[in-house]
Amino acid sequence: MGYTEEELKKELETKEYEYGFYTDIESDTFEIGLNEDVIKKISKRKDEPKWMTEWRLSAYKVWKEMDEPNWANVKYNKPDYQAISYYSAPKGKPKYDSLDEVDPELIKTFNKLGISIDEQKKLTGVAVDIVMDSVSVATTFRDTLAKKGIIFCSISEAIKSYPELVKRYLGTVIPPKDNYFAALNSAVFSDGSFCYIPKGVRCPMELSTYFRINQAGTGQFERTLVIADESSYVSYLEGCTAPSRDENQLHAAVVELIALDDAEIKYSTVQNWYPGDKKGKGGVFNFVTKRGICHNRSKISWTQVETGSAVTWKYPSCILKGDKSIGEFYSIAVTNNFQQADTGTKMIHLGKNTKSTIISKGISAGQSQNSYRGLVKISPRAKNARNFSQCDSLLMGNKCGAHTFPYIEAKNNTSQIEHEATTSKIGEDQIFYCNQRGIDTEKAIALIVNGFSKEVLNKLPMEFAIEAQKLLEISLEGSVG
Amino acid sequence: MLKINNLHASADGRIILKGINLNVNPGEVHAIMGPNGSGKSTFSSVIAGSDDFDVTKGQMLFDDNDLSDMDPESRAHSGIFLSFQYPIEIPGITVTNFVKTAINSIRKAKGLGDMDSSDLLKKIREKSKLLDIDSRFLSRSLNEGFSGGEKKRNEIFQMAMLEPRLSILDETDSGLDIDALKVVANGVNRLKTRENATIVITHYQRLLDYIVPDFVHVMFDGQIVKSGDKSLAKNLEEKGYDWIKKELN
Repeated sequence: MGYTEEELKKELETKEYEYGFYTDIESDTFEIGLNEDVIKKISKRKDEPKWMTEWRLSAYKVWKEMDEPNWANVKYNKPDYQAISYYSAPKGKPKYDSLDEVDPELIKTFNKLGISIDEQKKLTGVAVDIVMDSVSVATTFRDTLAKKGIIFCSISEAIKSYPELVKRYLGTVIPPKDNYFAALNSAVFSDGSFCYIPKGVRCPMELSTYFRINQAGTGQFERTLVIADESSYVSYLEGCTAPSRDENQLHAAVVELIALDDAEIKYSTVQNWYPGDKKGKGGVFNFVTKRGICHNRSKISWTQVETGSAVTWKYPSCILKGDKSIGEFYSIAVTNNFQQADTGTKMIHLGKNTKSTIISKGISAGQSQNSYRGLVKISPRAKNARNFSQCDSLLMGNKCGAHTFPYIEAKNNTSQIEHEATTSKIGEDQIFYCNQRGIDTEKAIALIVNGFSKEVLNKLPMEFAIEAQKLLEISLEGSVG
Repeated sequence: MLKINNLHASADGRIILKGINLNVNPGEVHAIMGPNGSGKSTFSSVIAGSDDFDVTKGQMLFDDNDLSDMDPESRAHSGIFLSFQYPIEIPGITVTNFVKTAINSIRKAKGLGDMDSSDLLKKIREKSKLLDIDSRFLSRSLNEGFSGGEKKRNEIFQMAMLEPRLSILDETDSGLDIDALKVVANGVNRLKTRENATIVITHYQRLLDYIVPDFVHVMFDGQIVKSGDKSLAKNLEEKGYDWIKKELN
């Protein structure tokens, strides 16, 4: 009859990682450790041109001189960077012309996740560039996209086939020296996605990449570069799931977006890396650098649903360089058990009449810590810049924490900055009301959380929003009232 | 249908219900009246299964099943509905979505699949017409920013949609102006069948002009001290609760 906080907490603990399995695919994995030879070996294995090898090596030199940052509101044992293998690729044929050629084990993996490629193709019209342990094993819809002049391929392929574009833009938004993890990524990135939308082209479908960490002890260093040329539009989806692991796995991705004049990029992420078990053992370290640059009248929207990882360190940001450019950040971050998230955004207003919107929804349960950290910076030149920020936190139980660290630097007195913040708790009275209508406690919590997250969920493409809602439910199953 | 025997309940060690006896049969309308603090709302919460209260003695049977063994959602599944005195807000969830979730949860408990969306739509149209509710209302967040009257109308709308066998209306008339009261009462009357029963909890006799009870019970200090037909309500209205107090002494 009814429920107590204690009972709810117990129920919460019954949630196990749904996608916790390991796909047995033969891999070609480097020995652990990092030095110049390893970097040269990665570059060689990927058949890269000399300029790329040099670029990696210079990034490595920068990284060696840097210290791992510790300003974030997270606590973890720093990884031993010499105990990680920096390259792992599935053995066998590196490319497939059709799905029939793909390893059946991989197909099984996707079936388990409910995102079989066939289903994706038929139902959603999403072109999928699958990155599994660092090497692209399947790319679909290439022809349709090619007809419009859209390039959507792995970054390794882009380095070989479109060196001019890569050379021109790689590292321009996030230079290797930007931060510790960006430098590491620049040195050792294994693969990732590259996307170029030509002038005036509206990409006819959502471009999607599913990332997975698979090989035990292999760090994943994805590199994504999206370039939207003048007056073009693209919506890009990134979804992540990872198999269960005992040791911590390091994930340090870099995503760079370039929106040229009048272009628009929507970048949506659903992140479900293994969060560790209910005692806080294991789980992925997710140290990601994501940033976009907006030229005149262009727009970049980041939407993220973060439910996974043991430790998250992530601030998808916008540099609003061009006049009248727009930056948006919509985020839902869920932490449960012993998860820690320090996430938010940076909106750097450089151009005149630039606008930014930040909507952040943090949901904390168990003994987790959930921090929003955001910077709104208005430069002296950014006349009439506008920002609106809203940070809402929802707490479940009394052992978790929600923190908000908003930073504002305004150097132009014509700018207007608004910040709103709320903190609320799921009430027992809300749950009882739902129960009285026949809705069980688990479903009631899902309902309340979905309502709380609605403004952000609405920003996701339809099929992604459904997946995100499911993830929220899974992440908070039986959560505290 | 509902049999309450010698029900005692307490909250934080304080005894609120001190031996309630009540029998409700299908097709009947019961009114429970009483002064503030007499235990009326506690009684409805205890039947619905709120864990703010502990049942310390006595028995509640619904269709011969002991309610004490059932969690609040199972009670709802078996057909008990409580129209809350203070309905709760759930931001971001529309009235429609909430009602749909409730209906499908009850169906699931009965081993049925989700209600077909066209059937659901038809039902929503029919019931919202009955209660004079416009579709804008249905797309608003549940009870968020609702006026007192809108909240109560929403409760009765949910009742209409869920078609419970036993409805308990806890102070449904409070916060309603006379026009809204008529609409709500009219809705309740039209939903009445020979199979379902209603318990109306109210402080004032006014509501009983529109929802005519078969039985009236007066609650005082955690007990039903007097029962009668609708004339008892009239008497109370004229003589006030002091009359009961005097009679008891």
